[in-house]
Amino acid sequence: MSKQISDEVLLDIHRRMVRIRIFEETAGKLAEDGKIPGALHLYVGEEAVACGVMVHLSNKDWITSTHRGHGHLIAKGGEFDRMFAELFGRSTGYCKGKGGSMHVSNLDLGMLGANGIVGGGPPIAVGAGFSNKFRKTKNVSISFFGDGASNEGAFHEAANMAALYKLPVIFVCENNGYGEYTPQAKHQAIVDVADRASGYGMPGVIVDGMDAVAVYEAAGEAIERARNGEGPTLLECKTYRYYDHVGVRGMGMTYRTDEEVEYWKGRDPIDMMEARLAEQGILSAKDAAAVHEEVTKQVQAGVEFAESSPMPTPESLLEDVYA
Amino acid sequence: MAEALEKPRTLPYVSAINEAVREVLKEYDNSFVVGEDVAGAGGVYGYYHGLLDEFGPERMYDTPISEEGIIGLGVGAAATGCRPIVDLMFMDFMGECMDEIANQLAKMRYMFGGRATLPVTMLTMGGAGASLAAQHSQSLEAWICHLPGLKVVMPTTPYDAKGLIISAARDDNPVIVCLNKMSLAIQGEVPEGSYSIPLGEANVVRQGSNFTIVALGRMLHEALKAAEQLKEFGIDAEVIDPRTLQPFDTATVVKSVRKTHRLLIVHEAVRFGGFGGEIAAQIQEEAFDYLDAPVGRVGAPFSPVPFSPALEAIYVPSADSIVAEARKLLGL
Repeated sequence: MSKQISDEVLLDIHRRMVRIRIFEETAGKLAEDGKIPGALHLYVGEEAVACGVMVHLSNKDWITSTHRGHGHLIAKGGEFDRMFAELFGRSTGYCKGKGGSMHVSNLDLGMLGANGIVGGGPPIAVGAGFSNKFRKTKNVSISFFGDGASNEGAFHEAANMAALYKLPVIFVCENNGYGEYTPQAKHQAIVDVADRASGYGMPGVIVDGMDAVAVYEAAGEAIERARNGEGPTLLECKTYRYYDHVGVRGMGMTYRTDEEVEYWKGRDPIDMMEARLAEQGILSAKDAAAVHEEVTKQVQAGVEFAESSPMPTPESLLEDVYA
Repeated sequence: MAEALEKPRTLPYVSAINEAVREVLKEYDNSFVVGEDVAGAGGVYGYYHGLLDEFGPERMYDTPISEEGIIGLGVGAAATGCRPIVDLMFMDFMGECMDEIANQLAKMRYMFGGRATLPVTMLTMGGAGASLAAQHSQSLEAWICHLPGLKVVMPTTPYDAKGLIISAARDDNPVIVCLNKMSLAIQGEVPEGSYSIPLGEANVVRQGSNFTIVALGRMLHEALKAAEQLKEFGIDAEVIDPRTLQPFDTATVVKSVRKTHRLLIVHEAVRFGGFGGEIAAQIQEEAFDYLDAPVGRVGAPFSPVPFSPALEAIYVPSADSIVAEARKLLGL
């Protein structure tokens, strides 16, 4: 560690990761039970990335997310009840049931939406970063995207413009090794997406995306650079999704081996964090279990809120198309 | 906002666009222009000329040739409190940024349950007639009128260009302003100061009694010429400029058709699948009993825009082709 991280921050990161994990595991079960309609892209395994970055941010800092966006919103402060309500398609959801999993958002928290289009986020994050600079704020804008999205033209245009204008934008690549079902080696000729940074004139940094503290430290430097007007950074976090591209199934897949999944689960971000916290005497195993238990109750309350919430009325169908 | 409708001068369309953008930048501190060659060069057609000097580089931004980046920048900036004017040099380049237009700009408000506001004004240039061939001459308004969440205007005169751009910028929705490159030198009266033209209101440009022509964009000028020629056949044509295509002012056209009982729709875009089909369908739904003839449509043939002036001249609808279609429709 380059500098001492407070116990408070470490516990905050831990709790956010647990919140994501239990929310996602629960959402996955509800989807399998047919209670959540549509497609669900689960963030389980990648929690360290969202949480290591997000603890640096305020609600006035913007983020754009991906199709795998629940974790980003939870890490940014999203509430379980409104999120589950959105996933259930209820009128009490963050988007009144009009967005669902792939568009869940909360602008009050600075979260500019999950995005169903791979590569849809980076240009919007550049716009938010541009806006931060134009309005002379010190706020930053974070674009979360995957290794798959790094092959989209939109990413290229956005990265070039952010560097050109020295915008306070951080491009956080969640390299989980797959663009949908295609392994990275079959979708790009590079191993490190961060290599692309030099082509745009920005620093490229690689971190262990399963290590929340490593993400926290690297993100902190990039965010500080951005706040100081020194421009964007491409931060590549090597991570892994435990479940399928869409849905819950994780093992026995044709496009990846169970051994590979087991390897990454052996480096679980929450387990690693809890081991670290126990070793440092910050959080005992018992206290960690209490966090899980407390979050589980909050998740259950969120599900109950969603299930007891009304469906959107037919009249609302045509509302919100225009201001 | 007080409307300072004073001192109309005769100005070309290009200057009216320039004045509109100037008024918007004066009216909104959170407004800026972003696009290819808009600042240093003043725009490829010159309608941003002088604005860099007047407003400075913090309001006028040249961008890389990155249309998806430009529109995305507009989306992100608008959602976070700005009122951007984004310039898409040619409407044909929508192919480069259609995701940002169709999936982000148009839909973000709805997808977020009304919790995002996107006051983006997008200026873009369409139209054939300058031998710019298939990729710099199209009229693709039908693409964007099909997308809920967008408003689409198509100013035809200098007066409308200034008023509609100001209205577009004042509107809290994304508005795409379809300009026309062959209209840049067209002269007309333009008041000084700021004024607006309500979005969604058609303009009955010429009163008539027994034939209605709805003409989009530059076709208005051809339709007005055609109306003069049609007099010798006993046709007294009413000519309507919709000005806004989305939302479309169906009521004004219905009112006219109830009076004239005949309708011809003219646009520069390819006729098949063009916006004229939508107008025709709406009129048969709402005024079927008033129609004494099938609704006619004039548009470009089903081919890309050709390069050669010899071919382009017959490709783009004209007063003559409007007259010919009107006579065919009426059996004259």
